[in-house]
Amino acid sequence: MSTLLEVSGVSVSFDGFRAINNLTFQIAEREMRAVIGPNGAGKTTFMDIVTGKTRPDAGQVLWGEKSQSLLRMSESRIAQAGIGRKFQRPTVFEDQTVAENLMLALKKKRGPLAVLRFRASAEDRERVEQLAGEIGLNAALHRKSGELSHGQKQWLEIGMLLAQEPRLLLVDEPAAGMTAAEREHTTALLVEAAKTRAVVVIEHDMEFVRRLNCKVTVLHEGSVLAEGSIDHVTSDEKVIEVYLGR
Amino acid sequence: MAETTLSTQRAGRKPRFLLADNASVLIFMGLLALFTLGVTVLSEGFGIGVISTSFVKTLGKTLCLCLVALAMDLVWGYCGILSLGHMAFFGLGGYAIGMWLMYARTEIIVTESLAAAALPPTPQEISDGIAAQIFGVVGASEFPPIWAFAHSLPLQLAAVVLVPGLLALVFGWLAFRSRVTGVYLSILTQAMTLALSLYLFQNDSGLRGNNGLSGLQNLPGLGDVPQSTVSLWFFWASALALGLGYLLCVRVVSGKFGSVIRAIRDDESRARFLGYPVEGYKLFIFTLTAILAGIAGALYYPQAGIINPAEIAPIASIYLAVWVAIGGRGRLYGAVIGAAFVSLLSTWFTGGQAPDVSLGFYTIQWVDWWTVLLGLSFVAVTLFAPKGIGGLFDLIADRRHQDRHGADLGPEPGALREKESQV
Repeated sequence: MSTLLEVSGVSVSFDGFRAINNLTFQIAEREMRAVIGPNGAGKTTFMDIVTGKTRPDAGQVLWGEKSQSLLRMSESRIAQAGIGRKFQRPTVFEDQTVAENLMLALKKKRGPLAVLRFRASAEDRERVEQLAGEIGLNAALHRKSGELSHGQKQWLEIGMLLAQEPRLLLVDEPAAGMTAAEREHTTALLVEAAKTRAVVVIEHDMEFVRRLNCKVTVLHEGSVLAEGSIDHVTSDEKVIEVYLGR
Repeated sequence: MAETTLSTQRAGRKPRFLLADNASVLIFMGLLALFTLGVTVLSEGFGIGVISTSFVKTLGKTLCLCLVALAMDLVWGYCGILSLGHMAFFGLGGYAIGMWLMYARTEIIVTESLAAAALPPTPQEISDGIAAQIFGVVGASEFPPIWAFAHSLPLQLAAVVLVPGLLALVFGWLAFRSRVTGVYLSILTQAMTLALSLYLFQNDSGLRGNNGLSGLQNLPGLGDVPQSTVSLWFFWASALALGLGYLLCVRVVSGKFGSVIRAIRDDESRARFLGYPVEGYKLFIFTLTAILAGIAGALYYPQAGIINPAEIAPIASIYLAVWVAIGGRGRLYGAVIGAAFVSLLSTWFTGGQAPDVSLGFYTIQWVDWWTVLLGLSFVAVTLFAPKGIGGLFDLIADRRHQDRHGADLGPEPGALREKESQV
């Protein structure tokens, strides 16, 4: 499997605080990866850098076969290149219906003039319904997404990410605030998604990570502390010290 | 397991919004047509003469204000850009058409007065005569460069669209590119408006300083046509412009484009991470609405008869925001209702028709107190009826949704909360 995203030697500090310190990280196509670490380990900052929200002080972020640098691209260009992001708090457009939210996310041309001419075809509508089915929101298709429950909003956001058809999915704490049943469904969605694309899941919850059954990267103070299977990292002395044994 | 919890949920509502929107467009167009017809029938120019010519002009001007309010609603209510500078674009449109009106009418007067001379006047003499007539008040007798196209109606009509459009394009590009948003952007647009109005107040601005342009109600070459007729021509043109502007706005805010700009309004960075070039959309809407404002201004000022830099003062743009807020932003008819209602009420209060209220120790004179009343109603609307007058239609149509917008649903303890949201 070829490398899809390569982060090398990336550092960034905010007002003297080193949020990311010489971080190196790689992910291959169609790979599932969990990133864990204590609060302030730089997990969210890492996502900010990859999606273009934060510019690093040093280092390289390379993308795809052509090893394009993501550092000079705007957030919207990075998203169009195939990186989708799910935020920690569910962020859907609450004033719009589930169908409208999904239609917004559907992989189409994003420019103002193209969108002005856009008419949803029967295929597009079918795709929206199919996605709504996958995330269990078929019955809520025409409800305003602000009316959904917390867990449903999380799913809708995952559905929107799938609609974008990204090659890399960055997911920040998808299971936060979910019931056991909802977590199970979320796990299934993510595992299914990872069959066709790379998925990076940032998570606090060890049980959830264990269920994802994938390679784990442990971050600590802005750099990689350990990497490997969940059993490997949980038996690592350093990891136990900084993360598990706190 | 998850599926079972979801299947207990109430079946989704039918998408009534589209139909309701289309119905509102039809109703709006019907009412506008009826109103136009009614005013025509009651006018002095073409009807039984119940409505005075000056009131026809007031109504025609109101229609233009409705059009600029539509533009404001599009940029603020739908795209979330609180521009406090759209009346500057409105004024620029007025100046652009005013230049031609003033030039062409003065040309006729000058040509007539020179025709009596023994020798036929040269073009240079005519041009000098016009310049002396127009710029005498500011102590100049030559045309400033910006009057280069004032002789040509088509070019000045093009300027009605191009000058506000280009200014908005350049200003918007600079502001949006630097990611200036929210209150900072509002302040920036106020600064632009203030700078423009202060510049125009200068005598050497080329637009006659604080005298402004006047006599715009007289159409060049149509001196024989009575104002009662001209007023209706402009009234019809204003109604047509409002109707077409409404359709254009409906086209923009419906469908996926409308969905994108509302998404930008509600969560800009999320829209960006979905791959939408937010700056491009904002620039498109900002420029489009500036052009609409320019067209509205070009129809307004020939009915007002005079334009001066005070019209571009920052307060005018703030009034515009107040109209849209009172009418109900985020719905097109709300903006129209707000502009019509508040501006007509304002005309009534400040025109001296409103009876003074005597409190014994103090007499409330509405000419002075109207702005206080307006300010208080703005505060009241913001606090108690954020949907404005337009919100009343929701009560009638029973389209209320439980509003959980922005509510902190908190990720932490329990999760399944859809029961709460079922009305």
